[in-house]
Amino acid sequence: MIKEALVEKPPREEVGLLEWLKRNLFSTWYNTLLTFVSLAFLFFVGRAIIVWALHTARWEVVTTNIKVFMIGRYPASEAWRVLASLGVILLLTALTWVFRKLRGRPIRQWLILGWLLSFPLIGVLLRGFSEQNLFLPLVSSRVWSGLLLTLVLAIVGITASFPLGLILALGRRSKLPVIKILCTIYIETIRGVPLISVLFMSQLMLPLFLPPHIRLSTVMRALTGITLFSAAYTAENVRGGLASVPVGQYEAARSLGLSNVLMMVLIVLPQALRAVIPAIVGQFISLFKDTTLVVIVGLLDLLGVAKAVTGQRQFIGLHQEVYFFVALLFFIFCSLMSRGSRRLERSLGVGER
Amino acid sequence: MNSDKMETGEEIIICRDVHKWFGNFHVLRGVNLTITKGEVVVICGPSGSGKSTFIRSINRLEEHQRGTIIVDGIELTNDLRNIHAIQREIGMVFQQFNLFPHLKVIDNITLAPVWVRKWPKDKAEKIARELLNRVGIPEQADKYPGQLSGGQQQRVAIARALAMQPKIMLFDEPTSALDPEMIKEVLDVMVELARSGMTMIVVTHEMGFAREVANRIFFFDDGNIVEQNTPEEFFRNPQEERTKRFLSQILTY
Repeated sequence: MIKEALVEKPPREEVGLLEWLKRNLFSTWYNTLLTFVSLAFLFFVGRAIIVWALHTARWEVVTTNIKVFMIGRYPASEAWRVLASLGVILLLTALTWVFRKLRGRPIRQWLILGWLLSFPLIGVLLRGFSEQNLFLPLVSSRVWSGLLLTLVLAIVGITASFPLGLILALGRRSKLPVIKILCTIYIETIRGVPLISVLFMSQLMLPLFLPPHIRLSTVMRALTGITLFSAAYTAENVRGGLASVPVGQYEAARSLGLSNVLMMVLIVLPQALRAVIPAIVGQFISLFKDTTLVVIVGLLDLLGVAKAVTGQRQFIGLHQEVYFFVALLFFIFCSLMSRGSRRLERSLGVGER
Repeated sequence: MNSDKMETGEEIIICRDVHKWFGNFHVLRGVNLTITKGEVVVICGPSGSGKSTFIRSINRLEEHQRGTIIVDGIELTNDLRNIHAIQREIGMVFQQFNLFPHLKVIDNITLAPVWVRKWPKDKAEKIARELLNRVGIPEQADKYPGQLSGGQQQRVAIARALAMQPKIMLFDEPTSALDPEMIKEVLDVMVELARSGMTMIVVTHEMGFAREVANRIFFFDDGNIVEQNTPEEFFRNPQEERTKRFLSQILTY
């Protein structure tokens, strides 16, 4: 063993502020020039935004309408139900965060069950039962709007399209020709048409395929369209991940006597999905933003509500404030998702390479 | 020749006239061999001679297209149940280790016993730790494969295969991807395993290993067995011209 005293430590690198500035911002004449140009640009743009935000902008259009942005036409007397749903989600998030270290313990299974149950629970909470019900009167999904609708569309769309996409991806790699062809046709067809047309089709065509006594609301039909659309993209991303798993992994799994299902679930999918987390999250982010297209089938999502707000008589002409606010909301949610993606990658990336 | 052993022992692998093509390339050309329980067999031969393909068809990682392979009394056919049953009883060690990178060493080893053999988790874990002890790396149980050296990874791979308590172990060039200083630690484990009575088929060019523990050596060329003999006879007195040329090529340095 080498004694502590004999171990030579690497030279310590300590850089003072001036040294750091010199190295990173003023190392060459063009670097210096670039630094000054950037500073000037940041100064003017920053100043313009701050001056606008603090002096010119009339934020009362946002503050008075905050409830409209959040829940739109959802009846104000029932707004507590939205808050309660939010509470359920926050509670589950907090519990998940607290118990994040406990892998494989029963508490995790309870959490997963909780998350799964939260979907129907929130659905019932938001929609209610019948109009006569005293506790939870019906709030038809026709009046769901604003950020509430955007989040419902995005969250349900993402959660439902993921397993569907997974199945499609596996189907496309299936050895059975019928399944393979059907999945390929589905994926390529959906990828070949814009979301707008899928949304229109789901509004108009879906009732034709369903038995007449089942009548889906506009929101449900839009959700179906979004899910079917997103699943095709998820499938292609997952397929990329499946292709990245070396053939040796399949052989090792088979040589241990694992059935095809076990091989997929325990060996291949965990590695394939980890490899495509960035791509899949990127796709979910774009799905989140694409939900704004539901305006064309008559739904009022966050962006639709914003447009309505700009039409209010007392706030006419205040487009900048409204759209700035909406953009900020979208930005917050999207950056949360990409942060989550990076954390997930890091926590799953343990021990890889 | 070891013919007396072949007749008295229990035959565990029987191959008759095994053929295999990759496209138009005739890679196995009517291989015949019988291996008895407890035997250690080394297969050598030039690259492309079909030796890897041959041992991979014993646990059905490759499908043979003609002939018969019978393992532990079960013939390999397209019947999936037979295939899984045989794969459970045969352990395999690969050139590239093929450990599962997303699982810790201990989970690599317990995975198949828990999911395929349905052992309770603590039993599987206990046996896994014993096996890690046996291959000399008990302290690595909670690391991920990527944190281990090549030699350590290959020893984990051996432990993983042994955890299923297989009747036969196949080794497909287990030391070819290793740095020279790590070859011995893997061969030591294999020698110990051979002496414990495991039936082993080893594709390797480690002639020292063959001399030490093999009952028979098969020399493959052009998709068939060209020569087979005990290690002493094989090295001292090779019969075929191709064998002589091969031995002179690998033993020169």
